[in-house]
Amino acid sequence: MNHVKWTREQMAARVARDIPEGAVVNLGIGLPTLVAAQIPAGFEIILHSENGVLGMGPPPSAGEEDFDLINAGKQPVTLLPGGAFFHHADSFAMMRGGHLDFCVLGGFQVSARGDLANWHTGAPDAIPAVGGAMDLAIGAKKTFVMMEHLTKAGASKIVAECSYPLTAPACVARIYTDLAVLDVTPEGLAVLDRAPGLSHAELEALTGLPLIQQATETD
Amino acid sequence: MINKLLDSAQAALADVPDGATVMIGGFGTAGLPDELVMALLAQGARELVVVNNNAGNGETGLAALLAAGRVRKIICSFPRQTDSHHFDALYRAGKIELELVPQGNLAERIRAAGAGIGAFFTPTGAGTELAKGKETREIGGRLQVLEYPIHADFALIKAQRGDRWGNLTYRKTARNFGPIMATAATTTVASIYELAELGAIDPEAVVTPGIYVQRLVCL
Repeated sequence: MNHVKWTREQMAARVARDIPEGAVVNLGIGLPTLVAAQIPAGFEIILHSENGVLGMGPPPSAGEEDFDLINAGKQPVTLLPGGAFFHHADSFAMMRGGHLDFCVLGGFQVSARGDLANWHTGAPDAIPAVGGAMDLAIGAKKTFVMMEHLTKAGASKIVAECSYPLTAPACVARIYTDLAVLDVTPEGLAVLDRAPGLSHAELEALTGLPLIQQATETD
Repeated sequence: MINKLLDSAQAALADVPDGATVMIGGFGTAGLPDELVMALLAQGARELVVVNNNAGNGETGLAALLAAGRVRKIICSFPRQTDSHHFDALYRAGKIELELVPQGNLAERIRAAGAGIGAFFTPTGAGTELAKGKETREIGGRLQVLEYPIHADFALIKAQRGDRWGNLTYRKTARNFGPIMATAATTTVASIYELAELGAIDPEAVVTPGIYVQRLVCL
């Protein structure tokens, strides 16, 4: 196998391509945060932050930080013209009430039917923390997951059944990894894109699950 | 004449009893009323149940209250952070009880308490570990979990401007849980940075009407 994995930036750019102008989007902590930098200049996408912001802008320049204006990861951000602040119940009503067009979340595991596990490894010494993940996963009109395809040990993070505790069952619409883009369909996982040099059969072997080959799939 | 302004944080918190449930506003450090929490620490109440999104950062505020062993139980969504070492140590030693709540359920349970709602069903958490032992029902084709309100004896919140009737405005994302916690506590204590003359806050811009605020402390 001599395929080339997509970089984190390429993964983020691939997610950004699927988000149309005018969409309201929540980007999860970690890898999904990179999507913001891939939104083309002048393209109006409204970023939501769970701590009460719509119209979140890029990080401030050094010396301009305001620690009353932070994102879900508690990092300083800015507000774009047209942006708004609101309290936590309103912010989560936006998620839970189905008002967000997309959320992009990180993942530990996604199952073939779109179950997501991304909040807790279940290890006995781990301190669990859930934050807004469960609300986003069930509330956004479309939930995308962005993660490495394989663990450091080489096991697939796309699985028949999640072994980690679930964030929500059957909530994921599309998975973006460093090896492929996959749609969750009632028939199973359908391949939209593969990393350069990776054949469908190789991707299936790495994933350990049957994957639906589509006519649009390109080598 | 109505005047909710007190001379000091100490005076505002003098009657917090042992075993009280205390909501503390803030998301990370934004909106966390450090001065009120430090006054609560000095006041000495023990066996507290604390409601906050997190479980303390660094050494001050909520982290200091935890480190002093004053908190029996914490109700939060995201205890684990890079600088939450005081909580982490207490939790690993079995010296603090944790009720982990998805962030949107935390916000909505607080809102429900303030609005006199007896309980509500929500899809957030359904089919996950965090719904274990809770009543569920399928509503509108979706599995939903019954969640109960969270009432508090005291809410400690941080606002920006306030007047002697207790009308409040906030600053940027420091608003977060403040407005909903103010509605859910028997006694709400708000710290403000600026005391406004009665009538000087634009009534169209009041975020928390004074009915929800019992005591004010100007920093």
